[in-house]
Amino acid sequence: MEYFVQQLVNGLTLGSIYGLIAIGYTMVYGIIGMVNFAHGDIFMLGGFAALIVYLVLVGLFGGIPIALALFIMILVAMVMTGLWNWVIEKMAYRPLRGSFRLAPLITAIGMSIALSNFIQVTQGPRNKPIPSMVSSVYDVFGISISLKQIIIVVVTAVLLTIFWYIVNHTPLGRAQRATEQDRKMAALLGVDVDKTISITFIMGAALAAVAGTMYLMYYGVIVFTDGFTPGVKAFTAAVLGGIGSLPGAVLGGLMIGLIESLWSAYFTIDYKDVATFSILAIVLIFKPSGILGRPEVEKV
Amino acid sequence: MSDNLLHVKDVETYYGNIRALGGVEVEVKRGEIVCMIGANGAGKSTLMMTICGSPQARTGSVTFEGQDITRMPTHEIARLRIAQSPEGRRIFPRMTVYENLQMGASLDNLKYFNEDVEKIFTLFPRLKERQSQRGGTLSGGEQQMLSIGRALMARPKLLLLDEPSLGLAPLIVKGIFAAIKKLNEEEGLTVFLVEQNAFAALKLSHRGYVMVNGKVTMSGSGRELLANPEVRAAYLEGGHH
Repeated sequence: MEYFVQQLVNGLTLGSIYGLIAIGYTMVYGIIGMVNFAHGDIFMLGGFAALIVYLVLVGLFGGIPIALALFIMILVAMVMTGLWNWVIEKMAYRPLRGSFRLAPLITAIGMSIALSNFIQVTQGPRNKPIPSMVSSVYDVFGISISLKQIIIVVVTAVLLTIFWYIVNHTPLGRAQRATEQDRKMAALLGVDVDKTISITFIMGAALAAVAGTMYLMYYGVIVFTDGFTPGVKAFTAAVLGGIGSLPGAVLGGLMIGLIESLWSAYFTIDYKDVATFSILAIVLIFKPSGILGRPEVEKV
Repeated sequence: MSDNLLHVKDVETYYGNIRALGGVEVEVKRGEIVCMIGANGAGKSTLMMTICGSPQARTGSVTFEGQDITRMPTHEIARLRIAQSPEGRRIFPRMTVYENLQMGASLDNLKYFNEDVEKIFTLFPRLKERQSQRGGTLSGGEQQMLSIGRALMARPKLLLLDEPSLGLAPLIVKGIFAAIKKLNEEEGLTVFLVEQNAFAALKLSHRGYVMVNGKVTMSGSGRELLANPEVRAAYLEGGHH
């Protein structure tokens, strides 16, 4: 039983990271109907940004308090990564808006390769380690919960709450949803559609940057290829939860995190990805629009 | 010319290579209700959307309050207080009625929202009952009311209505037209509407235009057009007599 709960905790941690990335996929898909395959690399970029900020902070101030360092890392990574995604959207995707559907998709794959190669060239091809920043582990009824895990789950929960509030209860969120549902009508009501789409890319990237920072802190290492696997997993999470749905992305992320850690705990770890994708396939057979996704057909 | 609120001059609009408007000339003065009548496919809705820059006119010009808005992006035109209840109503289906109205008031950042929403609810009590329901679940008539209400929430200087009577029961049409008339008389709201329901539209309007195949073929006061034999033959006979 304790072993099981232990795996739940681990799965929840992993799932939080997936969920944060998945939101970027689902929001961009919702608003312009495009799968942004470069999003995983945006996540990786966020991790590197955090690492660089850490090194700069330690170089400048030496014994800076960990909490403060982490806070600055997250903040700067969010800003930098958001800026990156803003530029990418403006330069690579916007000119293709209104062309055939595959064009932005292929461009996104190209952008993904370009970003990971860019990091390979500028940061080197080897694993980049970061010293363990937080190492406390607590024992709760026989289950060991590390401070890292608590930070990850809490930061995720806080961000998701803020995010949920923005999307559902602010003028910006309304403009985003309006743009998603009827771009032309949104413009007729004075919504600057291009700006709203830009902001959506920035928001998605900022959350991915937080995920990247958490990933770096959790595993203590990052490398230029790290965008790929978590990116694909998070995309899977978005599809599983129902692409276009925000709660779906979080739910899908948590599910995939849990499936992975539970499978690894009780069965062979080598097959954990097989298990994840099998479950995705099964869910999609019975519910093609994902768990919380809406069916394509709509009353007009 | 100076009391012209809207001046559409020699406008041609294309969809690809297909010409939808072939040199349209329309004027709307402050405080007027003006209608454009015409058959299905005559280009009425295209004219409405061209005024809002979506699509933009290929030639000619659209002037609003003396300012050339022909090449202005749609959202900036909206910010000049031109509000439209467009063809097909275009309610946001997964937003509540209340949120749809909030979208209408987003120009002022909801500054006058509470005061204005009460007015809309008085005008269309049905919307008040349905306020927390999703837009996509409303009936056609309710969506029409919401679409007009949403446009009014923008505190427009010019209200564009695309077939406000389409698909509605005669009693509801009467109610909506009475509401438009009231807003015009009491608040001086300027309205430009396009309609297939020529009789009701001409009766409501100070002036009217007739559009055939992307061109304005006739214009005059509402009363004149109602009495015009050609208009009667083409748009009125067999309808309301």
